[in-house]
Amino acid sequence: MPGLTRTAAVILGKELRTEFRTRDLLSTTVVFVLMVLVLFSYTFHPAAAESRRFGPGLLWLALLFAGSLMLHPSFMREQTNDTLAGLRLAPIEPFAILLGKILANFIFMLLAEVLLLPVFAVLYDLRLTPVLGRLFAVLLLGTLGLTTTGTVFSAVASQARMRELLLPLLLLPVLTPVLIASVEATAGLLEEPAALNGIWLTVLAVFDIVFLTATWLFGEYLLEE
Amino acid sequence: MKPGWLNTLAVAVLVAIAGFAALFLAPTERTMGIIQRIFYFHAPSGLTGFVAFFIAFVASIAYLFRRTPKWDWLGVSAAEIGVAFFTVVLTTGPIWAKPVWGIWWTWDARLTSSFVLWVLYVSYLLLRTLVSDPERRALISAVFSIFAFLDVPFVYLSIWFFRTQHPQPVIGGGGMDKRMWPPFLLCWFALLGVMALLLRTRYRLEALRHAVAEVSIEAEQRAADRARKQAAQGTHG
Repeated sequence: MPGLTRTAAVILGKELRTEFRTRDLLSTTVVFVLMVLVLFSYTFHPAAAESRRFGPGLLWLALLFAGSLMLHPSFMREQTNDTLAGLRLAPIEPFAILLGKILANFIFMLLAEVLLLPVFAVLYDLRLTPVLGRLFAVLLLGTLGLTTTGTVFSAVASQARMRELLLPLLLLPVLTPVLIASVEATAGLLEEPAALNGIWLTVLAVFDIVFLTATWLFGEYLLEE
Repeated sequence: MKPGWLNTLAVAVLVAIAGFAALFLAPTERTMGIIQRIFYFHAPSGLTGFVAFFIAFVASIAYLFRRTPKWDWLGVSAAEIGVAFFTVVLTTGPIWAKPVWGIWWTWDARLTSSFVLWVLYVSYLLLRTLVSDPERRALISAVFSIFAFLDVPFVYLSIWFFRTQHPQPVIGGGGMDKRMWPPFLLCWFALLGVMALLLRTRYRLEALRHAVAEVSIEAEQRAADRARKQAAQGTHG
């Protein structure tokens, strides 16, 4: 049996290839988040001071909502031609399938975030360049937590009725800690002077580790026929 | 099926004694007065709810490894009862808060965490209603239940860090009077008894549902067989 990293990389390559043939996921995510960002501007007076207060919350809420909708095709795509059966038959660890998909979704979300961040900064008059490095650390950890649980729950939801509605219902309450930690960390970076509270990065990192481990231990049961 | 009336009676007596202790024997709280006595059912309900969720977590892990439907029945029963106890927490809380704080609800750390916990397990119960095949339902809801339980410490920690970093009115704090402990523990014990009773009844209900489903599948198969035989005879005759 080939190693986990290699097989996961093969799955990742397959996911990236499928996505970049059409770029469906990426484009819908970007447009969705953009739309939410615009809609949010009507709910408060988007001047610089107000934006610093509400900006981090609305950015992460938009990303979480986007994730809870966009991670859904991760397993649904496989159902159209029952390609998941093919993946299951392959002589690889089931965790490799999940890991490959998690990494693929992680890359898709990060790409969308990189595209959206400048727009977000311009629309809400926020100065992100001085804190870009630290903001990226928050984005990495927060997005990993989002895509790990999101991919696993996409496998859960794809086996139930009302799949499209179910994924956000399952995912959003579980992501409460990720939302709080990411929003607080981002808010700290927008303050004058910018400060990053280590507690929030720790919460995010431990969340990522715990749920990746849980996926490794229990995720394979979701792929059973 | 044996009627568990002796156990039921024992728990009923225990609840009555605990209620008496909470309402009449426990000292009246100095500033909050009589309304504070709801605490003896509010806090132990939360603790009992936690015990129920923990049972659901253990049952889910056991199901994944053993694959006997019994663990699934225990898991769903415990989760449902945990939700029931947290519903008690979330309703008695505001009843207490209104006269004491002057508001029904505040986004205090503990309130918020209990609410998130409740939503988490409500979505677990919802997930179960949306999967028809019993084995599939047991499998994927066990995985979700494990993830939900692992999320609990994160929910509590993050909300606690979040709320303690923000200025807010001082709520609660201070230790409990020594004389409040015995009725408090008695109430918790009584509610654990109620939980055990509910768990047994709910587990039996789940077992019965399983049995009914099996019988109805068999009945359908027999009816189909009979129809096929009749059709075969019809073509020959």
